Amino acid sequence: MSDQVQNPVLDASGVADALVQRFPDAVKKDTRKGYEGVIIDHHKLLEVAGAIRDDYGFNYLSSLTAVDYLGMGDHMEVVYHAFRVPTGGAPLVFKAQTDRVEPTIPSLVKVYPGADFQEREAYDLYGIYFPGHPNLKRILLWDGFEGHPMRKDWKEAYYEQEHKPFDSRWPGGNVFRGEEHNPFGHNVRYPAGFNLDNFTPQTEAQFQSEMSLGVDIMGDPAFTNERLLVNLGPHHPSTHGVFRMMVQLNGETIESLEPVMGYLHRNHEKIGERNTWFGNMPFTDRLDYLSSMGNNLGYALAVEKLLGSQVKIPYRAEVIRVLMAELTRITNHLWAIGFLLNDLGAFFTPALYCIQTREYILDFFEATAGSRMMCNYMRFGGVFKDLPERIRAEALLLNDKVRDMDTMQYLKDLITERIPRSIDELDEYLSDSEIIASRCIGVGVLPADVAIANSAAGPLLRASGVPYDLRRALPYSIYPELEFDVVTRPNGDLLDRYFVRLDEMRESVRILKQILPLLEKTKGESIFGGKTSYSIKAPAGESYGMVENPKGELGYYVVSDGGGNPWRYHVRAPSFINLTTLGLMAKGHKVADVVAILGGIDIVLGETDR
Amino acid sequence: MFGTGILKGLGVTFRHFVTTFIDDIKYLGKKRDLEVFQHKQSLANVGLVTVEYPDEKLAVPERFRFVPFLVTYNQDDPEYAGKDWCTSCGICAKVCPPQCIWIVRGTDPNTGRPKPEPEQFYIDTDICMNCGYCAEYCPFDAIKMDHNYELASYDRTTAHIHDKKRLSKEIRYWQSIAPTTAAEEMEARKGYDHTDVQKARKKAGLTPSRVGPTSDKAPEPEVVAAPAAAATAEAPAAPVAVQASPAPADKAVEAAATDKPPGPGNWVKRGKRWINLDAPAEVKKRSRGPGEE
Amino acid sequence: MSNDELDLRELHNPDIPVPEEMQSNVAITSLSSLYNWGRSRSIWPMLFGLACCAIEMIATAASRYDLSRFGMEVMRATPRQSDLMIVSGTVTKKMIVPIVRLYNQMPEPKYVLAMGACASGGGPFKEGYNVVSGVDKYVPVDVYVPGCPPTPQALLHGLIMLQKKIEQQHLGVGASVPWYGAGPSESIPVPVLGPDVIDPRHAELFRREALKGRATPTVAEALGLNPEAAAETK
Repeated sequence: MSDQVQNPVLDASGVADALVQRFPDAVKKDTRKGYEGVIIDHHKLLEVAGAIRDDYGFNYLSSLTAVDYLGMGDHMEVVYHAFRVPTGGAPLVFKAQTDRVEPTIPSLVKVYPGADFQEREAYDLYGIYFPGHPNLKRILLWDGFEGHPMRKDWKEAYYEQEHKPFDSRWPGGNVFRGEEHNPFGHNVRYPAGFNLDNFTPQTEAQFQSEMSLGVDIMGDPAFTNERLLVNLGPHHPSTHGVFRMMVQLNGETIESLEPVMGYLHRNHEKIGERNTWFGNMPFTDRLDYLSSMGNNLGYALAVEKLLGSQVKIPYRAEVIRVLMAELTRITNHLWAIGFLLNDLGAFFTPALYCIQTREYILDFFEATAGSRMMCNYMRFGGVFKDLPERIRAEALLLNDKVRDMDTMQYLKDLITERIPRSIDELDEYLSDSEIIASRCIGVGVLPADVAIANSAAGPLLRASGVPYDLRRALPYSIYPELEFDVVTRPNGDLLDRYFVRLDEMRESVRILKQILPLLEKTKGESIFGGKTSYSIKAPAGESYGMVENPKGELGYYVVSDGGGNPWRYHVRAPSFINLTTLGLMAKGHKVADVVAILGGIDIVLGETDR
Repeated sequence: MFGTGILKGLGVTFRHFVTTFIDDIKYLGKKRDLEVFQHKQSLANVGLVTVEYPDEKLAVPERFRFVPFLVTYNQDDPEYAGKDWCTSCGICAKVCPPQCIWIVRGTDPNTGRPKPEPEQFYIDTDICMNCGYCAEYCPFDAIKMDHNYELASYDRTTAHIHDKKRLSKEIRYWQSIAPTTAAEEMEARKGYDHTDVQKARKKAGLTPSRVGPTSDKAPEPEVVAAPAAAATAEAPAAPVAVQASPAPADKAVEAAATDKPPGPGNWVKRGKRWINLDAPAEVKKRSRGPGEE
Repeated sequence: MSNDELDLRELHNPDIPVPEEMQSNVAITSLSSLYNWGRSRSIWPMLFGLACCAIEMIATAASRYDLSRFGMEVMRATPRQSDLMIVSGTVTKKMIVPIVRLYNQMPEPKYVLAMGACASGGGPFKEGYNVVSGVDKYVPVDVYVPGCPPTPQALLHGLIMLQKKIEQQHLGVGASVPWYGAGPSESIPVPVLGPDVIDPRHAELFRREALKGRATPTVAEALGLNPEAAAETK
């Protein structure tokens, strides 16, 4: 692919111009204020997208999402962000528009296989049809769900008002629970005239027959003793939450696999569009709840981009942000390695060692941000509060035991001594183990080109030998000043994913060691350079903010109509998109390996299902 | 050689097994006191890390966020006993991301016009996400995040919507759980008193703010020299509270009647008790705040 | 639960005459406390995590907070071997179906602990279209632990509350525990996924609502709020 790049020197906006020239009747520039990229006539989308990929080198479709412009042109828009991997650089943004009544946009799965799940999500939540998609059906909700909930004119049962704050809370805030005003006393809404008497629910057999596995377990004579359809999850100890896989087996060997998700779909985006801009910050904590600081940072970057010159991030705030982001990376990778070993059968001992080290980092988060996991620490223009002088507590409850430690000393010990010791110990403990080698080598292999085509991100991509890391490819914060290497491994199997995570922790420690003197140097400087107002308004426009989160590229696509709430708030979740490759990786392996392969992707359901 | 990697790994597990006993040997025969606890919970520890929860609890840091509470003046404040700090301006209800705060603004029964006092204040803890925005954006330091996480209950219908009575806690409670932050806030307000009270006092020709919950009639000289809460901030997080012996009940009643503490001097509230850090021998018992249960 | 193995009612018929009002107490009281002591100190939770709170639950089970001090470290992956379901996280409509099924499969005596705001009452995500407003809409909950998420210590506090609750139960017929009565306990009807989640217990309500010829009102409609007017004033 990359050898066909005609104009490798052109950047994203140059390519946009070139596209307009090359396809004058299909491509036009997006001239709306605050928007970028090009709008492609959806009849020619496939052709133009092919050119974007093959001729201009944007070979990696990072994010695909839909926007409902109800009352703002009354059309649906699908927005694509494509990157050059591993070259790096800004994304090319291209869009396709369609009307709201029968929204249809050709599927890009043939050009970018990574569009698979994302198009299904757009179909599920917006009702956009993607002709040409191999398996277009609901992904987060279930078949039979009434309506497409992300559409602006779709109202949920507890709908009170278009935007927060709700008027019922103040000044006449007589408390009620949402269910008190629902005839069923539950969070439910049924269409008019719906009656149980004329309703037949979908059976499990129907559900399974409709899977892309293409089997009919009830009537297919091919299902003999050897061929089975096995269901894993949603309640299964190895699925890292409420994730479900349908696996078609031949003996012990996997013939095909289809993930079923949505068991933790808690409507992050719909709630996000009701929320105020900064009200979404604590909600981002609950996306990838193992690395909340990273989620905060990504959202802050997206909105700061939108706010433009209204915010100036002080240097110390940037230093603290990187400190938090890298500590988060370590906590996440510790967890990922511990639970990968769980999945391999080493029940709990490695995980216990990892969790113990993680606790020390959480102690620091708790003292600084106020919570172990849900940090809610970043603000638009800086961070919530400076590091405390001392990590100390006050006795309150019976038998409370207090601690009192100097923060900087604690950090120094943590970074230079405690964490490296744990990483080395893990290395010694696990890396040479023959059991791990025999369970991991050659399992779940993902070749580099397949990884790129399927939009794999993070350690999954880098373990396939692709040196792509947003901290280097499209640097943000103070990463350009910091010395670190992008860790890659050549084989793309489970063992390499383990090693990439281990080495990334080492690189994070290397970054943190450079951060420590910066923290000392900037002591006492300002940590916030934005507006302190509780009702900020963002100028109209769109923005895509992304960070290299521990699990891969975490992107936030936000659209503002100039008000105090996002018009569109979309999360490009690495856990979700990385799952596109699960079926490919599992094929041909034994059923016991699928558990480990899933552990190697390292998903968090809060982010997968949002 | 095949198997060496496994042996190496088993070596690590064995080392962990042995090191868990190191502290036990080191502190053999000693009581499991604060020193042992602090060592076990420090980075230097290589042995057991377990917090034996009901018998010893890891105290939470100052910035810890749990369900919010409302600040009021102390019940024994000589000037503004039990007055709400909340002015029902509604900012917390507006910033609350999941919209779990409900405020009924107070109205003056005579004029019918709104008055700066909440008639009712509810927080639905089944919705609250402990994000801390209400405390962060409150312009009057009137809503704060609590540190008491032991709220488990058998019934959510009655226990989980906290009303004003349950939410209200005395300012001294906040000073005791977060002395540093409380001192910083006091500095920002330029004095102990609520900013609106300061304005009213200025109008009335009084000193804009008292330095602590003292009486205006007979200001004591020491008070000026040592502002109570500022001194609190410097106070070490000593285990005095946990180990101090309780005062006899009659003495406590007497102390409550004289209406003196927490000023003058270094008064700190530890749990239910008031402790003078200057004279640790004297311990006075106070009744709890109305919502503090 | 079947009474074939041990008919507890035999315990109420000792040979010595016992006053009627005392009959369910005498033989049982000391046995109760011994039995409860054992039960409350060997609660086996189900290895069952939903969302963010599950991470704190795992942290509670890890070395720092160490659930095994309470005899709860035996997390069983199957409901058939577990006594306690810790609902740790947001219960979605799609997930409530398996949750009810799991609950039905647990043997009596069984307990449910709702961990965190979401499991108790929907939490910050309550307004979402795919979120159940508290798991207690479907299964009975014994202990609620507030917090988002509750810290490991808060969860331990909740578990100790559960232990206390178990210690107060006693074996007498018609006493606070339902499962020593006659016959098996009724299972909870499993919800169905239709246009929205359907609780089969609502069949009668559905009939009545269907006659009204309108979609289920939103809270705004129920309260008489006019969303359009509210939007314009903004």
